[in-house]
Amino acid sequence: MTTPLIELVDIEKHFGAVIALAGVSVSVNPGECHCLLGDNGAGKSTFIKTMSGVHQPTSGKILMDGKEVRFSSPRQGMEAGIATVYQDLAMIPLMSVTRNFWMGREPQKKFGPFSSFDFKKANEVTMAEMAKMGINLREPDQAVGTLSGGERQTVAIARAVYFGAKVLILDEPTSALGVRQTANVLSTVDKVRKSGIGIIFITHNVRHAMAVGDRFTVLNRGKTLGTALRGEITPDELQDLMAGGQEMASLEASLGGTV
Amino acid sequence: MSEAIDERVRKTSALRKALIRPELGAICGVILVFMFFLSIARDSGMFGPEGVMNWGIVSAQFAVIAVGACLLMIAGEFDLSVGSMIGFSGIIIALFSVTWGYPVWLAIIIAFVLAMAIGALNGYLVVKTGLPSFIVTLAFLYILRGMTIFIAITSTNKTIIGGVRDVTAGDPVAWLFGGKILVGFFQWLADIGLIDKYVAGNKAGQSVVEGIPMLMIWAIALVLFGHWLLTKTRFGNWIFAAGGDSQAALYVGVPVNRVKILMFMFSAFCATVFATCQVMEFGSAAADRGVLKEFEAIISVVIGGALLTGGYGSVVGAALGALIFGVVQQGLFFAGVESSLFRVFLGVILLLAVILNTYIRRMITGER
Repeated sequence: MTTPLIELVDIEKHFGAVIALAGVSVSVNPGECHCLLGDNGAGKSTFIKTMSGVHQPTSGKILMDGKEVRFSSPRQGMEAGIATVYQDLAMIPLMSVTRNFWMGREPQKKFGPFSSFDFKKANEVTMAEMAKMGINLREPDQAVGTLSGGERQTVAIARAVYFGAKVLILDEPTSALGVRQTANVLSTVDKVRKSGIGIIFITHNVRHAMAVGDRFTVLNRGKTLGTALRGEITPDELQDLMAGGQEMASLEASLGGTV
Repeated sequence: MSEAIDERVRKTSALRKALIRPELGAICGVILVFMFFLSIARDSGMFGPEGVMNWGIVSAQFAVIAVGACLLMIAGEFDLSVGSMIGFSGIIIALFSVTWGYPVWLAIIIAFVLAMAIGALNGYLVVKTGLPSFIVTLAFLYILRGMTIFIAITSTNKTIIGGVRDVTAGDPVAWLFGGKILVGFFQWLADIGLIDKYVAGNKAGQSVVEGIPMLMIWAIALVLFGHWLLTKTRFGNWIFAAGGDSQAALYVGVPVNRVKILMFMFSAFCATVFATCQVMEFGSAAADRGVLKEFEAIISVVIGGALLTGGYGSVVGAALGALIFGVVQQGLFFAGVESSLFRVFLGVILLLAVILNTYIRRMITGER
């Protein structure tokens, strides 16, 4: 049994009187894609923000490589190797691909007492890293706004991988994408997984989860309903778990099985 | 396989690429404005050495405050207190140097420190409260103007403090703002007959263009610095990121609040440069100086191609916007046009520039 890259044990998070997370436990192994499923309001967003250091857990433990850690800022989480790709906050459309790729970690070159942004190096690395992910950019200074949604997600993933992410959290990377773009993002996820990075894939789309997931955890009302390995569970069972079982089954029957 | 290129992405020509930049609208504006005045005011002396110096100085004034407003706007914020800051800094310099007898260099340093501290307070309030900077700096527009008049009245019983020239003689820091360079060169140009000389009065025999005022040097230096900072440095990337999407920038570790506060301070710095140059030039400070300057700065920046919502723009564009502003304001005077038409003209240019800029930006970002 390998030590998980990151393990969250019994995480609780309260916002005043609201209990957003009431005991969530999730772990990710190297090279594994762990899908976290849940309906709106299940606590997925709070959970990833707690994992990446935006929120601090009210109680519970976070272990990285078996050692307990506490992040007081997203910066600390990033330095420890946790990278988060947010659904719509991944990229700034008005800025170029290179400027986005290096945002916050710009390479510098010294010229006397002045240091300036080393665009030559930045452009080369950006082009090379994007090519690795299967996207051939026209030029590195094109604005991110000219890329498709799937390509934007891929730039964000390539950026996280290049900067040494050990755990990559993807927040609904496919929810706003078309079929073809979704396939591209999922194949990027597969590439990243094969390089030994652990992935937490947040989604409410069971089919996307089944396509790449090694393990599945369902969140509902701030709690983990259970974790299943690939092959142990069918898409229908996952769907039922997410929606809260009974209600969904009866609703589905009345809608003639179209949901 | 490495040659795989998406067939739906058209190759862009080098010309198109060169044209599609934030400054394009402003470049067109400059060409248009110069063509216009060359055709209606060619013989008025507007394009002689004296005339160029005339609109050059006015443009430089606009450029100084436009650089600060530009970087701040790209970082996603406004500063409406620039005009009041100009009045405030001027009065502080005159009060400390003339009324209270401190050395001028110290008075100037005190003005810069106070103005930048108020800029930092502006920025701090904006990032901590999350209020729109429009509201916070609008409050400071009134607070600063009122305080300036109050301080001037209570300490001198006047709102205009003169006599600055008497105390600046030989002061090295004062020269940095009120001095002129290349004086010998311009006298030589006059001696060989390239520039007219005064024929009468106490300046008889001197060149009509005395030299390049330090205000112009400040304008050029600030534009070059701002352009370098924005396009060539890590901090420039942070400015774009802070204005483009502060949340996304924060998530990748950009110190958004620090960037914004520093840009408010820079805006205050630019306002104080403007104020100091003006005080040195006029030899006096007045509590009502700088009225409406904040809007003139913002208009220059917007003509220069910056996006009002932040994240996009160009310092060179803002400088060209300032040039348009200066040329139009002084050009109408040279052309003998009724000066009230200045605002009409300006409004039309603003509208045209913004429409063109919106179109260019859509081409760059692919938004529809």
